[in-house]
Amino acid sequence: MSGGQTKSALRSRKDLRFDIINYAILTIIAIIVIYPLYFVLIASVSDPSTVLNGEMWIFPKGLTFEGYSRILHEGSIWLGYKNTILYTTVGTTINVVLTVLAGYALSRNDLYGRNVIMVFLLITMFFSGGLIPTYLVVKKLHLVNTMWALILPKAVSLFNVIIARSFFQESIPKELLEQAKIDGCSDITFFARIVVPLSKAIIAVLALFYAVGYWNSFFDALIYLGDDSKYPLQLILRNILVVQNELASQFVTDVQSAEVQQRVASLLKYGVIVVASAPLLIIYPFVQRFFVKGVMIGSVKG
Amino acid sequence: MNVKFNTGVEVPMKSENRLRKRLKLISNNYQLYLFLLPTIVFFAIFAYWPMYGVIIAFKDFSVTKGIMGSPWAGFEHFERFFHSYNFKELISNTLGLSVLGLIVTFPLPIILALSLNQVTNLNFKKFVQTTVYAPFFISTVVLSGMILVFLSPTGIINQLIVHLGGHDPILFMSKPEYFKATYILSDVWQGTGFSAIVYLAALAGVNPEIHEAAIVDGATKWQRILNVDLPSIMPTAIILLILAVGNIMGVGFEKAYLLQTPTNLPSSEIISTYVYKVGLKQSQYSFSAAVGLFNSVINLILLLSVNKAAKKLSSTSLF
Repeated sequence: MSGGQTKSALRSRKDLRFDIINYAILTIIAIIVIYPLYFVLIASVSDPSTVLNGEMWIFPKGLTFEGYSRILHEGSIWLGYKNTILYTTVGTTINVVLTVLAGYALSRNDLYGRNVIMVFLLITMFFSGGLIPTYLVVKKLHLVNTMWALILPKAVSLFNVIIARSFFQESIPKELLEQAKIDGCSDITFFARIVVPLSKAIIAVLALFYAVGYWNSFFDALIYLGDDSKYPLQLILRNILVVQNELASQFVTDVQSAEVQQRVASLLKYGVIVVASAPLLIIYPFVQRFFVKGVMIGSVKG
Repeated sequence: MNVKFNTGVEVPMKSENRLRKRLKLISNNYQLYLFLLPTIVFFAIFAYWPMYGVIIAFKDFSVTKGIMGSPWAGFEHFERFFHSYNFKELISNTLGLSVLGLIVTFPLPIILALSLNQVTNLNFKKFVQTTVYAPFFISTVVLSGMILVFLSPTGIINQLIVHLGGHDPILFMSKPEYFKATYILSDVWQGTGFSAIVYLAALAGVNPEIHEAAIVDGATKWQRILNVDLPSIMPTAIILLILAVGNIMGVGFEKAYLLQTPTNLPSSEIISTYVYKVGLKQSQYSFSAAVGLFNSVINLILLLSVNKAAKKLSSTSLF
């Protein structure tokens, strides 16, 4: 009896030690993950020289909003913002509509030829034409340098169609359809009146997946757009953050000395990172559960 | 109606009936086909058409002549690629980056999920989860911008180095030897949290009775992680491993391209960035289509072989 007690006492002592180490490691991981983001945030409102000299670590130093006031007056950033919002809205709407329609049709086991259609779609997961042939198709369709070049080639993601299909298969009861058919309800009416209201969760998941994709993508804009006035935010950002200071120094031409210019450019870099990432980082904790749900539905059938 | 006919004509009648039945099935559900129509058209145009377009890899394609009108070149472009001076470098950079990346990034989400799964304080758990998912929502452009700022000679990392050891600042971005580490560690920072979600979902599905039985048998938390949790997420891990290996030649274009500097090219030029530069910037369509095709064929072979191996070893496979 006492032997069993010491055994369980030993176990709980070991478990306690495990817990302490586990909580400590997770805390350290959380700090490592969040600190770079926090650093960017405080650096965007600190005197650049304190940042460059390594004096600013935990709190902003020499509070200044010069970076943000310059960003506020920089037309190209807001034009990029406007373009990104336009592409994201139009693109996501098309994506979600097509994905939900296809996912629903494929979830119906009375759809004759369903397997043939699935094979037709799945082949595209394993074979693809690659960058150049795809580019030539977009060019042939005269989409280059229009916003449709960013949207149409990404109109449907097969992975998301499969997520939607799994969702419909599991959450729309067959009896509902049978009953509706007896009442003389067509597929379109059934879909619009019954399926869509029952599927708000999956629609939210798909919209989020697609919207984040559009918001953050820059490659398609890089290869398909030539016209600056159509550039999405990410392409403008790339010019400020990555291309060797080209645009950043362009922004600050009014400042004469090279040293001052470098200071302002650095403030500007931190500022644009915040301005560009803030919308998603502020929204996502509230919609996190939808993302988690989407990944889970995807993993069940994936 | 069938009664009138003798047995001789019943067989064609039957198949005619079946045909009629099928037609009825199709016409009853014609609206469902309408639902599918845009998606099928989409895949026909933006997936199958480019697949057909791949034949330019075997031709000397010129835009004016079109795909059909351009003369055949056979395997000329492939041979040129295999014999080009940077062939070895491209392959080793691509493979090196992805294999090393896979070894480093694959186990971490599993460990994170196992660790998070043991947290009983729900607030703390939620806080850590929300924190580690955050970098997933940062764009590649912003991530690359952050890397460039942090690793610059006056950046925070070099300040730390100078603080601690008093060395001269390290020129991370212009030296080829730092590229792989930069690329992979930033991947770890950005992706580990979000990748852990799948494993957390799998862990939530573990039958609690198994844990209770293990506790009765005197198992510690550590033992239960190794003997209950880990085996139960193995199928998920294997599927994800197959997918990852199948994508090993498909190292993301974006980050590699954004982090390239003229001096780190010897280690940062990978197949996808090369295809972009040669194909779209220099308009050598046929040659870069050949390079791209070579890349996807290798990928497909890898995917199929890993899938087969996984099937044999663990009876878990994609298809």
